[in-house]
Formats: sequence, C-alpha cells, structure tokens
Amino acid sequence: MKLYCLSGHPTLPCNVLKFKSTTIMLDCGLDMTSTLNFLPLPLVQSPRLSNLPSWSLKDGNAFLDKELKECSGHVFVDSVPEFCLPETELIDLSTVDVILISNYHCMMALPYITEHTGFTGTVYATEPTLQIGRLLMEELVNFIERVPKAQSASFWKNKDVQRLLPSPLKDAVEVSTWRRCYSMQEVNSALSKIQLVGYSQKIELFGAVQVTPLSSGYALGSSNWVIQSHYEKVSYVSGSSLLTTHPQPMDQASLKNSDVLILTGLTQIPTANPDGMVGEFCSNLALTVRNGGNVLVPCYPSGVIYDLLECLYQYIDSAGLSNVPFYFISPVANSSLEFSQIFAEWLCHNKQTKVYLPEPPFPHAELIQTNKLKHYPSIHGDFSNDFRQPCVVFTGHPSLRFGDVVHFLELWGKSSLNTVIFTEPDFSYLEALAPYQPLAMKCIYCPIDTRLNFIQVSNLLKEVQPLHVVCPEQYTQPPPTQSHRMDLMIDCQPPAMSYHRAEVLALPFKRRYEKIEIMPELADSLVPIEIKPGISLATVSAVLHTKDNKHVLQPPPRPTQPTSGKKRKRVSDDIPDCKVLKPLLSGSIPVEQFVQTLEKHGFSDIKVEDTAKGHIVLLQEAETLIQIEEDSTHIICDSDEMLRVRLRDLVLKFLQKF
Amino acid sequence: MPEIRVTPLGAGQDVGRSCILVSIAGKNVMLDCGMHMGFNDDRRFPDFSYITQNGRLTDFLDCVIISHFHLDHCGALPYFSEMVGYDGPIYMTPPTQAICPILLEDYRKIAVDKKGEANFFTSQMIKDCMKKVVAVHLHQTVQVDDELEIKAYYAGHVLGAAMFQIKVGSESVVYTGDYNMTPDRHLGAAWIDRCRPNLLITESTYATTIRDSKRCRERDFLKKVHETVERGGKVLIPVFALGRAQELCILLETFWERMNLKAPIYFSTGLTEKANHYYKLFITWTNQKIRKTFVQRNMFEFKHIKAFDRAFADNPGPMVVFATPGMLHAGQSLQIFRKWAGNEKNMVIMPGYCVQGTVGHKILSGQRKLEMEGRQVLEVKMQVEYMSFSAHADAKGIMQLIGQAEPEHVLLVHGEAKKMEFLKQKIEQEFRVNCYMPANGETVTLPTSPSIPVGISLGLLKREMAQGLLPDAKKPRLLQGTLIMKDSNFRLVSSEQALKELGLAEHQLRFTCRVHLHDARKEQETVMRVYSHLKSILKDHCVQHLPDGSVTVESILIQAAAHSEDPGTKVLLVSWTYQDEELGSYLTSLLKKGLPQAPS
Repeated sequence: MKLYCLSGHPTLPCNVLKFKSTTIMLDCGLDMTSTLNFLPLPLVQSPRLSNLPSWSLKDGNAFLDKELKECSGHVFVDSVPEFCLPETELIDLSTVDVILISNYHCMMALPYITEHTGFTGTVYATEPTLQIGRLLMEELVNFIERVPKAQSASFWKNKDVQRLLPSPLKDAVEVSTWRRCYSMQEVNSALSKIQLVGYSQKIELFGAVQVTPLSSGYALGSSNWVIQSHYEKVSYVSGSSLLTTHPQPMDQASLKNSDVLILTGLTQIPTANPDGMVGEFCSNLALTVRNGGNVLVPCYPSGVIYDLLECLYQYIDSAGLSNVPFYFISPVANSSLEFSQIFAEWLCHNKQTKVYLPEPPFPHAELIQTNKLKHYPSIHGDFSNDFRQPCVVFTGHPSLRFGDVVHFLELWGKSSLNTVIFTEPDFSYLEALAPYQPLAMKCIYCPIDTRLNFIQVSNLLKEVQPLHVVCPEQYTQPPPTQSHRMDLMIDCQPPAMSYHRAEVLALPFKRRYEKIEIMPELADSLVPIEIKPGISLATVSAVLHTKDNKHVLQPPPRPTQPTSGKKRKRVSDDIPDCKVLKPLLSGSIPVEQFVQTLEKHGFSDIKVEDTAKGHIVLLQEAETLIQIEEDSTHIICDSDEMLRVRLRDLVLKFLQKF
Repeated sequence: MPEIRVTPLGAGQDVGRSCILVSIAGKNVMLDCGMHMGFNDDRRFPDFSYITQNGRLTDFLDCVIISHFHLDHCGALPYFSEMVGYDGPIYMTPPTQAICPILLEDYRKIAVDKKGEANFFTSQMIKDCMKKVVAVHLHQTVQVDDELEIKAYYAGHVLGAAMFQIKVGSESVVYTGDYNMTPDRHLGAAWIDRCRPNLLITESTYATTIRDSKRCRERDFLKKVHETVERGGKVLIPVFALGRAQELCILLETFWERMNLKAPIYFSTGLTEKANHYYKLFITWTNQKIRKTFVQRNMFEFKHIKAFDRAFADNPGPMVVFATPGMLHAGQSLQIFRKWAGNEKNMVIMPGYCVQGTVGHKILSGQRKLEMEGRQVLEVKMQVEYMSFSAHADAKGIMQLIGQAEPEHVLLVHGEAKKMEFLKQKIEQEFRVNCYMPANGETVTLPTSPSIPVGISLGLLKREMAQGLLPDAKKPRLLQGTLIMKDSNFRLVSSEQALKELGLAEHQLRFTCRVHLHDARKEQETVMRVYSHLKSILKDHCVQHLPDGSVTVESILIQAAAHSEDPGTKVLLVSWTYQDEELGSYLTSLLKKGLPQAPS
C-alpha cells in the first residue's frame, strides 16, 4: 500500500492511495496562493495599476519590462493569474480509478485532472459539495474571464531568470507547472463525472474496497472518508471541525480502529480562536460604520459568510446598524444564498428542526426579505443605482487579485475612514495587500478558521486511536514563524509519518487476511473438532471461485460415477491429480491402545519391539511392519492395497487432521 | 434452518392500513404503520396484538420503518407507539418526518373534532411519537444495531417517499412502500441498484394497469377542466394536501398562463402554503428539472392559485377547486361535493385511487344515488371522471423494478387479490422466481441459506490463485486448509499455519509397499525399465531417475532390490507419505501389473 503525495499545501491536499487493486485519489486541491505573485485584475481601468513602473534586471537587461511591475518595493507579474497544480508526473493519473472529494474547497483542481490526464474514472462527492463547488468554480471562471488580459507572461519562469528575481518570485515553486484558469466548459465536463453520495453510504469499488463518506463538521456536505476492506481500514481526515457552526457535527466514532489515519486540512491559524475573531469582526465593523466609513469583507461566496451573516442578523439591531445596507456581490451570490436553504439534511440539528416548522434554516432569508441584505451579480448593473454609503460589502476574491473586491480596494483604499476586514484564512493579508500599497484604509485581520487545532487533534487521536498517523510535513514541526511553540504540532505515538510534495510513502501495514464466503452446503459438511478449550478446527477442502474480487468456497464436486464403460478407458484417466492435497496430520499414537485396536480388528500374532525412539509393531502373518515414533508412523507392507488401507485408517483414528 | 418470515397485518391483498411484519435472521422489523380509510371502527388500525401476546412491543421489535407520509402508511403510528406502547426507533426520511405529524394532526382533528370520536390519540401523543423518529437520508447505511442495517432508496411516489433495504449479514429484504417508476412534474423516478435481496416486497396497486403516456393523460385532464370551465361549470378535484396536489397545481398553473384563462383556481386548506413551503425547502427531493431551475424560479410559488374560503363554493360562475381529502370520505371535499353534485354542468375529477367504502369509490363504481347521513339521499348529476394520476408504478413499472433489484423471491402487498393473482403469474413466468401474496395475518416463510464469511489467510489465497483462476470442470482443483474457530472469529489458514499457530508438531505418516516383479535382469536395468514405463504413462508428472539408482515420481520414491531367495524376482520398494496417498496407491497398483516387454 502506497501513498503518492501530489500537493505540498496542507489544507489543499491531493494524494493518491494505492490500496489492494484500486487507485484512489484523495481530494484535488488547487493551490491559489500562486496568484499573489500577480498584479490584480481591475474591473474598471485603473490608472494607478497601469502606471506602475516596470522592473528590470540589475544588468539593465530590459526583456522582462513587459512582464514585471514594481509596487512599493514588491515585484509582480503583469499577466493573467496562474495556479499551482498538483503534481501530474509522479503517477500516471489515467490509472486513477476514483477521486474522493472531502469538501468544496478541496476540489478546485478537478478540471485539470479529469480533463487533461486521460482520467476515465468516477468522482464521488456529496450534493452540497458538488453544488457549492460548482458555484466556487463558476465565480472563479467569471472573475477571470470578464477581465480579458492579452498578456500571458512566460519569460520570468525561465529557471535562469527566476533565480535573479527578488523574493518571493525567486522562491516560487514549480512555476513551470503553473496554469491559467480552466473554462466553464471544462468545469461542466469535470463536474459531470461526479456521482453523488450521502453520509454513511457504503460504496463498493470493484468488490475489493469499500469507501464511506462521514460528516466532518467543517462545511455544508464536507466529509472525511473511510476506505476499508474487511481486514484493513484507512481513514482520510480532511478539513474537519468540532465547533458548532452551521454544518452537521463531525462523526468521530466511525474513524475508530483505523490502521492508518491520513490527517490533512487542520486550521491555518492555530493561535486564533474563531469565536473571538467573530466578536472582533462585529465590533470593528460597527465602529467603522458609525464613524461614517465603509467596510469591505473579502470572502468566498459560501461557507463562513453564512455564519457571519447570522451573527450580524443578531447583532445589527442592538448595535444600531439597522439602516446600514449590507451588500453581497458575487456572480453566484443569489445561488449561494438559495442553495444554503435547501440542504437541511446536511445542517446541524438546530437548523434542521427549523425546516420542520417549516422555516428557512438560515436567517439571511429574513435579512433579504427586510431589504437589509442585498445581493448582486457584480458592481455593474443594478448595484450602481442602489449603492449607498456608508455600507458593508461582502465580495471576492479573498486573494484580492480578481473579482469585484479589486474595485472596492481601489475605490476606498485612500480613505482612513474605511476598513477592510480579512476573515478568510487562505491568503496572507499582508501579501494580498502588497500591490495596493500605500494604503490609507484600515486593515483588520480576523481570520476565522474553524478547522481542527492541535489540541483538538490530540484529543481526536486519543479518542479514535489509529495505529499510524500520516500527515503533511508542516504538521510535524512548529510553524516557522513560531518555532518555540512546540504545542503547535502533532504529537502522537508512534510519531506521525510525514510527507511532502512529490513524495511516495509506503504505508506501514501488511495485509494478512481476506474475506471469503463458505457456501452453506460446504459449511454443513464441515466437522469441527475442539482442539483446545474454545478453539475448534475443521479441515476444509473445497473449490475456490473468484469473481469480481469476491471469493467463494464451494463444496468439491461429487466423484463422477465411472461411466458404465463400453468406451475403452484410457490409462491416463486413472492418474490422480497430484494437486489434490491431503491434510496434514498431528498427534501421536499410543502403542498399547493401537495394538488393542489391531486385535479388535482381527489382527493376530502381533509383536511389539521397543526401539531407541519408539516402537515397532510386527504383524508377522501379514509380513507387515509398523514403525511408530513420536512424530511419525511408517507402515511397510506387501502390495496388498486392502491391508494397507485398513491399517492406514486405523492409524488415522489416533491422529488429527489439519 | 435460517428463514425469513413475512406477515402482513394490513395491506395483505388489500389497499390501506399498510403494516408488514418481517423477521430476518432473528431481527423483527415492522414496515409501515398505516390506517384504513374505508373503516371507522377497530379495523381501521392494524391488529398489533398479533405481534406479541405477552411482553412489550419494544422488546420484540428491533425497529419500525415508515416509507412515506400518506396516512395509509403512517396513520396508526401515534396509536401504536403511545397507546399500545412502543419505545424503539422509528425510521423515516426527513421530508416524511416533517410532513407526517401535520397530516396526523389533520387526521386527528377530523376524527375527534368533526366526528366526535373518543379514545383517539391526542396532539401530545403525536409529538411524543415523533420524538422517537430517527431521520434516514438517501443511500445512507443506518446501523440499527451491530447486525441490522437499513438503507433508503428514492421511491418518487410523494415528497420523501423511500424504499428500504433491510439487511442482516448476507440476508436482505427490500420493501418498496409506494413508488413510481416514471418521473412526473415534480418528482423523479424510483431507483434501486442491483442489490439482489432474498425477498422484494412490492406494492401492486396498479398490478393490471399499463398506463398510457403521461402526456396524454395530462392533455385529457386539461381538456376536461377547460371544457367544463368554458361552459360555466365548476370543477372539484379532491386531493390530499401534499403530493398529487402539487403536481396538478403546476399543471394547471402553466396551462392557465399559456391559455390566459381567467376562471379562479382555489386550493381548499390553509395547509397549501405550508405544504408548498415544504416543497421549497426539500427541493433536493424533487426532480432534476425543478432542482436545476429553482434559483431562477421556484415552481412551488403559484400565481393563479389562491386560498379557498368556504363561502366561495356558492359563488356563481366557473371555478376550479382543489379540496381535501382525496377520497371524498370526509371534510371539505365532501362538503363541496354535496353542494355541486346536483348540477350536470359541474364535474368532479378523481385523480387517484379510492378505497372501498368511501364516497369516492362509490361514485367511481357508477353509483348515482348516495345515502348520506340522516337517511338523506344525494343524487349525483355532475360528471364524474377518473384520472389515474396517482403516482404508483403500473405493471410495467413493477416488472422494471424487479428487473433492477433481481430478488430471489417477490411478495405482493398493497393491491387487490384478483389483480395480484394476474401479476403474480406474470412475475413467475418472466423472472422464474416464486411470488407470494399473503392475506392479512397469513405468514410466508422463506428458508434462506446464508453463506458464512470467514477470513482466509492471504498466503493461502494467493497460493491458490497463483495456480490459475479458471476452474477446470473435469479436474477441479481443491483448496486445502484448516478453519480455526475461536469465539465468533473464523479464519481459514493453510494446514502448516494452523499447526504452527496451535504449537503442534506434524505427525508424518509414511507407507512403503513391496512390489514383486519377475525380472531376471540386473537391478539397474529393472530400474531403467520402471523409469521408462512410468515416464511414458505419467506425462503430466515429474518422473526422475536419480544418480543413486532410485526413481521418483513427484515426491514418491521407488527403489529396487534383489529378492533374497529368488534371483528371478526383484522387489520394488514404493514409498510415499499420506499427503501423496492417491498417487502412491496408484503407482503400486500400476507396478503390480508388471512392466511391458522391453522393445526389441
């Protein structure tokens, strides 16, 4: 059993597990931090961005002029932004049988894999994962396609050139594999390969392996996966949360008794408490608005935004914000808000019971009804008519490199009355802001990452007790910026096995058993003997049938009656098949009882001689000699088959068959 | 001998009061817990005293499963759990869990408030009963206990309707509840994988009907409604608040819009809006088309259909009214029917099945003079139409489902005996499986022979598989191993491993037979002759002539010695172990026959 690690990003994993005869890809994360190296794509022509000075090499060579621009001491690539794909060369991806998706953030590389590697398998995901994943992809494609950019820079990627560039461009990894965004057509084709599954559904793969998604508590429809055969169990934990937010709680019990537990997607901000961050978010938002400023919240169109809206729903009246307009701007804003209301089965208990009333599970329905929250596909169109300030705007993309957020940063960046509040933990806010410097706007960093922290992981591991833990290398040492915090790493026994991008791990377990079914007719014919108290044995000789990786033992066929023979039998028909094995024997033969038995069966004139190791029983009349020792018996006789068989059966009476 | 036992307490050769007891591998499951619309006495509920004479139901039943929210499938549930007494788990899908208590409350109100029945279950009992419910999601495997598991499949019949697989080890039963194999305007088609259950319990409401295309029926329906409205008549459509009503509303709504019609359409109860809200929140349970477009336009927001007020019934002019309940057995639909029945311009359209004893059933069977309460006779002059919109599978659909699931046996419920008889024959002919149709209280027993799962050591399995996968019919190869049984842990290992694990030594049993040959030649020559003789016969075996003068066939050793008394006789010593028994025995008898004359 092997694990091929294709991604170096611990929260956007992509691993391939080879287990029995199956090849299973676990998640398909797309590392989008690569876009931080690019200039933002403005929706409206931005004189500031287009007038940024070019950056050239120290030797004055100017061939990079068109590709690189400098802003407040940082260098950016002026090009269509590109993403860092999972490793595609480590393993032939056309051999992947299935892809298991754990949540909608971990499937963003799917079109690259399913459309360009010869992949012909099936993708498994829950319905919310599919629908919201589709929304995320749609938004991404829309953000990038609606700002067509002629230039696609490539000179800087040359290894000899990249070496000479300033950080962080110099240190960017695998730049040759970076790719532009996929098209909607590729998205649709990729998503059509998804087969929907429900929590605790048992899915058979080729009869060899069973996979089951379990609630992971992190997002709508987010799952961990159990991959098991009858004797081995691998748990894949990716993006799990123990906090009570909107999704169904995490199913921990089903992860018990794993041979291997692969642990990815822990919190990216282990030192921040999500509840505290939400409080800080609300108070900063209120403060800014009261002072007449605007608030910008860069966010994804689904996920934490539901929780933020719910907090605001409870908060705005008491904070006197009832008249402040809240805008949610995204090409998929409406769909996201609508979809969130129809996934009752995937929600926490409180929200589920609302549906039984029937009421919409999320209070943002009421915010929309009362006109407190308005949503628009983009800043163009209706929004420009309705736009009032001061206001609060939720919009993407959190990288600040594309989407409507770029416009608001340009618009509001110059005034210190305004505030941008970072809640999404995926991008470093300082790096995200770099191309907008100098910035007068206030910046508040309230990252809300509800995924497991190291204390929770340690409790989880104590609870489910896997034999081995496998995790990204980042989790086996403290974060580089806090190297003294030994508590910010995974601590378990035996120590976790770690992996890095492009590594192949041999997972530490040996398969020893496989399930086989004994047909009832065969079972009836078995004769169990109790060997030791509580342990019985039965010798089995049966015919093995294997179909679709399922093994069945059937009773041996009855010996065919010799066809009443007019046909001449050929000699070879009688030759026994040497492959028919006889059972092994065990036990020893007590001489006295054996002799008594012989006498009982009509043998007379029996003589017993002692030898060094045992006895020799002589049947003088039959000219037969039986040597009996502790672990062997040897019958030496004339070729009288009847006699030999009689003696054999008498000896066997004293022995056990195996 | 293990067996599966099935006893219908209701819906055995009947429609209504669905309640089926299943015993499988020592587990007892009750499928549905319905009431009968045709009765107002004790017979309306299943006879639960049948389940266990003494002892609590909770101890006897492992779980109860409700297939969908129709009252003939869940109407007796509060009576069963709160009045008879059952505290175990009750499984149903989330939409059923949401809608079921509303319909139960409705039913209770009609029974207690309108008919004044005493000793009926109370609102509190409905609430307490619903607390015992556990929601089951589609395709989720729910572990009722360590051995018993259930799994729900989409059934299409109404919102949240499900078929259930009940499984213990390798034995399983599938219960379809009510289902529909063709997608309609708001629901998808039932689907099940090839799960090969021991038994499929299927409904058979439309056992003999093969329905024409849905489109024709819809056109027919719209035509009839349109004609009646055009000539100024009133149309009454008795429906149940949830299910068929929504489909017909969508149909009329789009028709009214297309034809720009002005006649009002009303829906009778306050439940509608609430009902439509359920459809909006549980949109993932509707069909593909509605799910795809719901963000742009929610199909369950109707423009033309308004709430009905009792006073509207006397308004002049045409109108269309959807009124509950669907079989005209009580409530508002019956009231309106009595008002409109005398006018031949009016029309009543029965869009679903009517149980015997209801007014709906009477007028459908042609009765035109009805005896109402107080000996009043109501003459029915209005037109009576029946349109099968009821979302049950027809004969073709039932056969299709059997084809999908590939059961070993089929059992019919929820249908009329005569029609079942016909379907039973058809099923037995086409699928060559036994088909049963027990009456209420009658038990069907099916012996099963579950195979026994054991763990085989990978070494043994691989050794065996390495020999080639295709079994040879003529000379089947036998796998030889030892089954070690410790508690409930069964392992099949090679004989060597079994000995080793138990710390036992092998006992070797060896035979040596003396075979006398008349051969005056030297021993070496005799051996040569034996060697070439065996070599010519045993083509598939490894026959070797060793330097020390002996011959081996596989692991069997043959040596020659001179006879002590007769120089013209040689003695062959054939020696083998018990494991080579067959071959050793064969060789001695072969050599005993003597050697062929040396070729000259």
